[in-house]
Formats: sequence, C-alpha cells, structure tokens
Amino acid sequence: MNHLILVGTSHHHAPVELRERVALDGEQARALSARLGEAVCLSTCNRTELYVESAHAEEAERLAVEALAGVEPALYRLRDEAAALHLFRVAAGLDSLVPGEGEILGQVRAAYESGTPGALLDRVFRHALHAGRKVRAQTAIGESPASVSSAAAALAEQVFGALDGRTVLLLGAGKVSEGAARNLRSRGATIALAANSKTDRSEIERQLPSVDVVVSSTSSQGIVLDAATVARARRGRPLLLVDLAVPRDLDPAIHELDGCYLYDIDDLEAIVAETLSGRRSEAERAEAIVAAEAEKFHEWQASLEIVPAIASLRARAESIREAELRKAEGMLGRLDDAERRAVESITSQIVNKLLHLPTVRLKQAAAAADGVVYAEAVRHLFGLGEDER
Amino acid sequence: LAELLFWPALLLYGEAAVGYLGEARRPGPLGRAATWGVRLGWVVQTALLGVQAARDDGFPWATWAGSLNLFVWLVVGAYLIWGCRPSYRLLGLAVMPLAVSLLVVARAGGGTGIGAKSNYSNLFLVLHVGLVLAAFAGFTLAAALSALYLWQERRLKQRVTTILRRPAPSLTTLDRLAARTVLASLPALTLGIGVGVARLVDRGDRVDALVVATIVTWSVWASYLVLRATGWSGRRAAYVALAGFVLVIVVRLALPATHFA
Repeated sequence: MNHLILVGTSHHHAPVELRERVALDGEQARALSARLGEAVCLSTCNRTELYVESAHAEEAERLAVEALAGVEPALYRLRDEAAALHLFRVAAGLDSLVPGEGEILGQVRAAYESGTPGALLDRVFRHALHAGRKVRAQTAIGESPASVSSAAAALAEQVFGALDGRTVLLLGAGKVSEGAARNLRSRGATIALAANSKTDRSEIERQLPSVDVVVSSTSSQGIVLDAATVARARRGRPLLLVDLAVPRDLDPAIHELDGCYLYDIDDLEAIVAETLSGRRSEAERAEAIVAAEAEKFHEWQASLEIVPAIASLRARAESIREAELRKAEGMLGRLDDAERRAVESITSQIVNKLLHLPTVRLKQAAAAADGVVYAEAVRHLFGLGEDER
Repeated sequence: LAELLFWPALLLYGEAAVGYLGEARRPGPLGRAATWGVRLGWVVQTALLGVQAARDDGFPWATWAGSLNLFVWLVVGAYLIWGCRPSYRLLGLAVMPLAVSLLVVARAGGGTGIGAKSNYSNLFLVLHVGLVLAAFAGFTLAAALSALYLWQERRLKQRVTTILRRPAPSLTTLDRLAARTVLASLPALTLGIGVGVARLVDRGDRVDALVVATIVTWSVWASYLVLRATGWSGRRAAYVALAGFVLVIVVRLALPATHFA
C-alpha cells in the first residue's frame, strides 16, 4: 500500500535565512517533483514542502530529506493522515503567517498542477483544494484586510463602493503608502498625482477638488494639508484621507469637515488588529471544517484497504453459487426458461442478502482503526486468496 | 383562508425582524434565515392579497386598515429588490420591524379580512390608492436607505474599529439608491394625488387634513430632489429623507378617519 510522506519547513520552524536555502522557483519545483517520482513540491515565501507518494515510506522520506539538505534541524516529517491534515490546513490558510490569507490556495493549486502526483497524491491535493475553497466559502476568515495598506483600500470601498474610476492623490512615498496605492490600483482606482517634495504646491491644490482618496506619508515635520484648504476644495463632497506619516501630515480638523473621513496610522492599525482577531475567531470554525474534510479523506483511504477483501468475498460467493447450480444441472434440466431464471434470481438474492450486512460492517470498520484487521479476518474465515496459493 | 394566510405571513416577517437583529450582532446564518423569512412571508402575503381581491371581486384595500395591508406588501416587495444581497441585510433591520408592526395594526383594523370592498370604482382605487401607496412604499425604502447611510457615516466618523468586519453598502451607493428611489416614487405620488384631486373637484368635496398632509409630504420629497440637484447630498439629504418619512407615517397612521370614511 502506498504511503503519503511530507518533509518540509515553514515560517513556524525556520527563519528566512534558512527558508531561502531551500526555496524553489517553479521550474526547480517541477524538476524536483519529477526526480522524486510521484511527488508535489510546494514552495512559497513562507514554506517549502515535499509531498511524496511511495510504498517505501522510509526510502521516500530519506530522499526528500536529502533534497532539502542544509535545513535538516528545521524540517518536519509527517506521514499519511497527519500529512494530509497538514496539507488541508495549509490550503485553508490556517498554517499561514496571517490566518486565512487567500494567496496560498492558488499556490497549492499551482504546485499540484506542476507536480507529478500518483493516485493518492492526486486525491489528497484535490481534496485539500476543495477544503480550502469550502473554508473560504463558509467562513469569513479571508474577507477582512490583514494589513494597513489593504485596510486603507477597504475603507475607500466603504465610502465609494467599487473604486473603478476613482482617483488617488499620493503625497510623499514610503513602503506603506506604496502598498496602499498598489491596493487601491488593484481595486480599480487610478493615481491622479504622486507628489513629492519637489512637486509644486499649486499642483496639489489643483488636484484636490477632483480626487476621491488622499494617501499621505511625507517626512515633513509639520502639517502638509490643513482643514481650510480641504474645505475650500471639497465643499461637502466625500473624501477619504489616509495619513500614514509620523509626525502626521494632515490636519486632524479635516475629519470634522462634512464628507471628509481622515484616518491616521493608529486608526488603521486598530482596524487591522480588530479584523485579525475576527480572523482568529473564524479560524476555529475553519479548523472544524478542515477536520471534517480530513476525516472524509481518511475514510476514503481506509476504504482502499477493505475494498479488495469485499470484492474477493463477493467473487467467492458468486463462484460457489454458480458451481452449485452447475452441480444441480441434471435436476434443473427439467425446468423451463422462466423457472430457470427464477432459480437464478432466488440464489442471487440469497447471496446478496447474506453478504449485505458483512459488506456494510466491513465498510464501517474501514473508517475505524481496525479496518485492516477486519479485512484480514474476512480473508482468513472465507479462505480468500488461498486458491491462488 | 385569508385568516390562515395572515398568521404565517406575520410569523415569517417576525422571524425576519428577529433574524436581522441577530445578523446585526453576529453576521451569518441568522441573516440568511431572515432573508428567507422575508421572501416566504412576502409570497404568503401576496397570496393573502390575492384571496382578498378574489373574494371581493375588485380592489379591497380602500379602507384605512386595508390600505395599510397593501402598503406593507409594497414596502416589503420594494425592499426585496435589494434585501437579498448580504450587504443590504442591515436595511432589513429598519424595514422588517416596521412591516410587522404595520401588519399587526392592519389586522387590528380589519384590513386583512374579507368584505371590505369600496363603493369607488376599481380604476379610481388602483390609480389613486395604488399609486399613492406605491410612492409611500418607495419613500419608506428611501428613508431606510438614508438611515443606513447615517449609521454607516457615523461609523466612519467615529472610526469604529469593527467597520470592516461588518461591511455595509458604501456611502455613495446608499446616497445614490435613496435618490433613485425617490426619483421613481415622486411621479407616482404626483399622479396619485392628481387623480384624487380631480375626483375631489369633480364631486365638489372638501379638502380634508389628509389631502393637505399628503401635499406637504409631496413638497418635502420634491424639495429633496431639488436640493440634490443644487448639490445637496450625503448627510443633509439623508436628514431631509427622514423628515419626509415622518410625514409619510403621519399620513399613513395619524390622519386616517375622515378621508377613508
């Protein structure tokens, strides 16, 4: 029987200095999968994991560890159910740095599509993708923003709805403000002006009446935009202002103006902290969904062990039935076709009814830990496979 | 049969009102159950109105209580246009308790039963009562949208940290939808009043308090549109809409007797 083997490392076990040693790009991951046989390599900025399917678990694990040489102390090694459950949690975003982040599901899919999975790996990855989609559909774990920059964009949507056609005025540049601008652009907004210290102030004031969002992160020590200037430019029209600078760039009195909503870095961080706590509470529901999906997968895997025993039992019963009918051929020869069909039907029904309950019980046992024991008992009691020996 | 249909409609609307309350506290299954309560309740109330119309062979909602029954059906029907979308579920918290209350009042006044056929012609009743009630239903929905606008705007002004955990429709969307609803409702009210006044003049009847209040209501909603055209929007427009809604309630509930007699 084939085993599922997982060897890997992630942000939980290794700092970036270690993770970067075993990071694989798409082509390298594809090549390694092919080299390992039936395997899938999942490599993201937070993890590198090798999923291998093999009948020889020890040997497969050794090869996987060799492939990730250099980070052995930080490697985790899981097998079968534990490996499957881990993959399900990864696909659902439950093992991510930010719980519920959505990018990982696409990365798992890409890894699966570029890997060389056997039947078991194929099944476990498809099931994991299903579990990931289900978690996103049935919980709100991925709905709220997890960073200051995405929170700024989400706030803009709370004011304006879809951001297609909305314009943004950027004051100053910085990592967070660039992130906010990127988030706004990805939702359809356009940057009307990216002003820096060399930009003429009249140009900023010229843009102010027409823009919808202002993102500011200059290194100025004083106020860059005061309430009177904004009041003159806006006249009650809605405007979202995001002040990411410390010290602050935008006059706090702007928030008191009709239609103006000013958020500074503390406000945004408080919103992100709140949404992250919401994600954590949703993560409990997501864990329950993942556990249920992992249980279904386990039942499927266990049924693989019992199905051959059930098939052998039914084949044996059918062969006995046919043999007994052949023995009684002399007596049955006096029967007409209708009577013969009736005898065939009755004997088939007897066999089916006799085997129905054992079949059901065997399938139930397969889901439990003693499925293999039951299968062996059935083989022994009915002498299945002895003819071949 | 009308009696049999009233109770399930009321129960389903009540379930929706409670569900929306639960949705406001914790978004999820209660909100979905509430939406289904609105849908099924509206279907049942539609059947109730159908039975009333069939039994009375005409327009049976000309009485004060009967018109209240029809008004509730129109309000819930208008709400259903948006209410099925998750982000608009909070709107149900403004609409459904009102619908439940008015339906109870309608029943107490005998407006959900049989035998309330008016002596007026069906055409006049459809044009006058139907159009006025349809307009009032639209104004009610516009007021609910405006209330939701003010709630959402308050959250933004107060920088409520849970604002992204419980998203609502955006300010501009709520503002635009309220204006569109008023724009569609005001012509209906204009026509409904016109038909009523024409008949009043034709018969030489006196102008009563309800007619005056209805014309004042029309003036407020017309002002709403005029003010918007001159640049009023957002919070100020929402307050005007709520003022207009107060007049709708006054017209619907406080001044019934003489006009419907």
